[in-house]
Amino acid sequence: MSDANDSPLVEIEPERYELSEGPAYRFGMPRRDLFRALGGAGLLILAPLPEGEAGVPAPSFVQQESGGGGGRRGGQGGNAAPQEIGAWLHIGEDGTVTAYSGKAEVGQNARTSLSQAVAEELRVPLASVRMVLGDTDLTPYDAGTFGSRTTPAMAPQMRRAAVAAREVLLDIATEQMKVARGDLNAANGKVVHAASKQERGYGELARGQKLTKAVNADAPLTPPAQWTVAGKSARKVNGRDIVTGKHQYTSDIQRPGMLYGKVLRPEAFGATLASLDGSAAQKLPGVTVVRDGDFAGVVAPRSSVADEAIGALKAEWKKPEGVAPTSQTLYADLKAGASAQQPQGSGGGRGGNDAKGDVAAGLAAAKERREASYNVAYIAHAPLEPRAAVAEWAADGKLTVWTGTQRPFGVRGELMQAFNLPESKVRVIVPDTGSGYGGKHTGEQAIEAARLAKAAGKPVKLVWTRAEEFTWAYFRPAGVIDVKAGIADDGTITAWEFHNYNSGGAGLRPVYDFANQTTAFHPVRSPLRQGSYRALASTANHFARESHIDELARSIGKDPLAVRLKNLKDERMRAVLEAAAKAFGWGKPKSGEDRGVGIAGGFEKAGYVANCVEVSVEKGSGAVRLMRVVTAFECGAVVNPDQCKNQVEGAIIQGIGGALFEQVVFAGGTVSNPYFSMYRVPRFSDVPPLETVLLDRKDLPSAGAGEAPIVALAPAIGNAIFDAVGVRLRGLPLAPDGVPLPKASA
Amino acid sequence: MAELTINGQKRQVDVDPERSLLSVLREDLGLTGTKYGCGEAQCGACTVLLDGKAVRSCVTTIAAVGARPVTTIEGLEKDGKLHPVQEGFLEADAMQCGYCISGMILSGVSLLNRSPRPTEREIARAMQGNVCRCGSHPRIVAAIKAASEKMPAAAEGGATK
Repeated sequence: MSDANDSPLVEIEPERYELSEGPAYRFGMPRRDLFRALGGAGLLILAPLPEGEAGVPAPSFVQQESGGGGGRRGGQGGNAAPQEIGAWLHIGEDGTVTAYSGKAEVGQNARTSLSQAVAEELRVPLASVRMVLGDTDLTPYDAGTFGSRTTPAMAPQMRRAAVAAREVLLDIATEQMKVARGDLNAANGKVVHAASKQERGYGELARGQKLTKAVNADAPLTPPAQWTVAGKSARKVNGRDIVTGKHQYTSDIQRPGMLYGKVLRPEAFGATLASLDGSAAQKLPGVTVVRDGDFAGVVAPRSSVADEAIGALKAEWKKPEGVAPTSQTLYADLKAGASAQQPQGSGGGRGGNDAKGDVAAGLAAAKERREASYNVAYIAHAPLEPRAAVAEWAADGKLTVWTGTQRPFGVRGELMQAFNLPESKVRVIVPDTGSGYGGKHTGEQAIEAARLAKAAGKPVKLVWTRAEEFTWAYFRPAGVIDVKAGIADDGTITAWEFHNYNSGGAGLRPVYDFANQTTAFHPVRSPLRQGSYRALASTANHFARESHIDELARSIGKDPLAVRLKNLKDERMRAVLEAAAKAFGWGKPKSGEDRGVGIAGGFEKAGYVANCVEVSVEKGSGAVRLMRVVTAFECGAVVNPDQCKNQVEGAIIQGIGGALFEQVVFAGGTVSNPYFSMYRVPRFSDVPPLETVLLDRKDLPSAGAGEAPIVALAPAIGNAIFDAVGVRLRGLPLAPDGVPLPKASA
Repeated sequence: MAELTINGQKRQVDVDPERSLLSVLREDLGLTGTKYGCGEAQCGACTVLLDGKAVRSCVTTIAAVGARPVTTIEGLEKDGKLHPVQEGFLEADAMQCGYCISGMILSGVSLLNRSPRPTEREIARAMQGNVCRCGSHPRIVAAIKAASEKMPAAAEGGATK
């Protein structure tokens, strides 16, 4: 049970800098079994995994994601794509269209957008597509739902599968109707021959067939300009189940004979279990006490009894040696920890170490030079559905776990390792989940539930408490970012030196064209367990960069937008900055003495974003109030405008928390604020009027929308605060207790 | 043995009266539409209506419920017809992961029960105790507003009485 009690104090989250790899070899089920598993006879579309999604995850997008450890096995380090054939689409004899993807639905509306992709190419109504997601027995292997890859990579794969299905249906219809294939038309779930007025439904065509067809990787897809289903707003396909409470999240699943589990948490990070006396707990009705090494837990017929039983356990913990780190000295500790290590390469979009030109010469040539250190705190994802799992062992030794994770196959790998099971004996099913934001890449809750279920001999449900989620999940990395830069009279940024300690390399490299620049990421042993968070370190790196550029612009008395444009060739970046400025009315006079405006822009995961914000800063208290946020966003061809806007708004609102007040406070080997009453998250009163401008580029491939829109908000707010009161804030969160105002202005 | 009135039906439950309404709804009565989010009345995911008013079921004991009628998300739909607030959420697509939505809808119904024509500011104030981590707040406000405009001013919200 090593996973239950990894030692986060003494070991950096191991997967953070690892590739997330699929297995080197997987061998498909016999075709007969596939048909049985996927709902009977009909038409089945098979294809290898899309390139870059499994065996060769392009380092640029997965290298920094957490959760790569568990799923690795066989051929480690090899870069060969796995020769897996997955079944992607099935058309049943009743015409039911079922599509299969290993992605997980965590609120980003992948279920809806992928259904749109299938409906589009298969020429069926959206409502007739059933989408099976994140089930390791049914869906093709997938590395995980992260890196904004669902839209750019998975959606085209679903489209190719649908095109293949359409082709087969046309073939069958040609034969059955004895007409020229070119005279047939597929539309609305039917193949129609207009001249002879013949038509056949897809189910009719699939009847009696046990046909499989392989996907042609080069199949021509409908170009965005001709989309009829995608490119249009569609509501969440299972929205009715949500508003009626029918949808079953992991924590809602009931199994026959199911019991409730609870895990005994250590007194401190890294503590080991010296002794356990379970005798009092064991006497409670129906309670089983489980101990396995450092893992201890209980199983009970009701969660209230499990709570009572956990309270009745008498445990002695051995805390790790030495003084536990605290958030008080975090930034100094990170810098000190980094000095011993060499900067490392890192992925993440344009991220990575980079050097060009001559920074010293650039600084010498500058009119103004500015040097500053920025920092960002650890923050928690705090998904509203905490980690949960239901585990069930079948009589034949097969383990099935329902759990909310962004990496169904990765969690399967973790379970295989934890219990020494072959792949065929583990199934992970991911019900549409109560959000993740990068925080549900690992499977500790699945392992815990499975261990308890094994001991109890019954299915067990385990739902983490809010305090457990705040303490024992992993965090968005904290970091220190040191910047040194110079600007010429005309606004040209002549030198740029940028060092990130611990928070990560995503978004490290500027989208601007600086002639002389050095960027480096310095890894550090993190005092807390850390991992992926929406947009990774891009938020931290953009915060430092866009704040610093604002300061440089002001040092020469130039407009911050003009300075950005002066140093920017990338047309897409320019376009979002200009669109945001236009919608906002950038350059207009202040609307009040307590008001300030700020602008910032950024690029991440192939999406471009710019924010203009207006804040008010209350005299005396320094309380910050967001008055208005304008976001311009461009992610290529927009798949679902309304859902895209929902994602953008969501990123902005979530970003408000990290920008203004969220931070994990820790000391003595534990988290000091593990409750919503102590860890402030954005609420209705924190949300200002939001205005979102989507730049729909039908000529460009679609990119994801879940991550990029979060990266520019914090610096835009910080810049607006400076504009309002002349105080430059260099840490995230910016103002958990208000802006510290100089006495004169207070 | 306690007798509860849930969604208009009498339900007998043989439970410790100090247990939370949330755990009894979910574990004993199979009504899992009501969610656990924090256990300290800070997030609103567990909101149900007690006598037509929003309460946090995670901190409400069975003893405190007594004979008063409880409405959960499962009880809002009547004869296949959604409550206007449910309709509002669907039409505004006011959800992402959806986990907070049961609580949001019941808080919204509670608000409209006592104030049938709230302004957007009043809605935001009334919803302050409900957390949405995905950031669907503007849509949630719009959904409740739209529902308020559809409901007859005198209505007390479908199944709440």
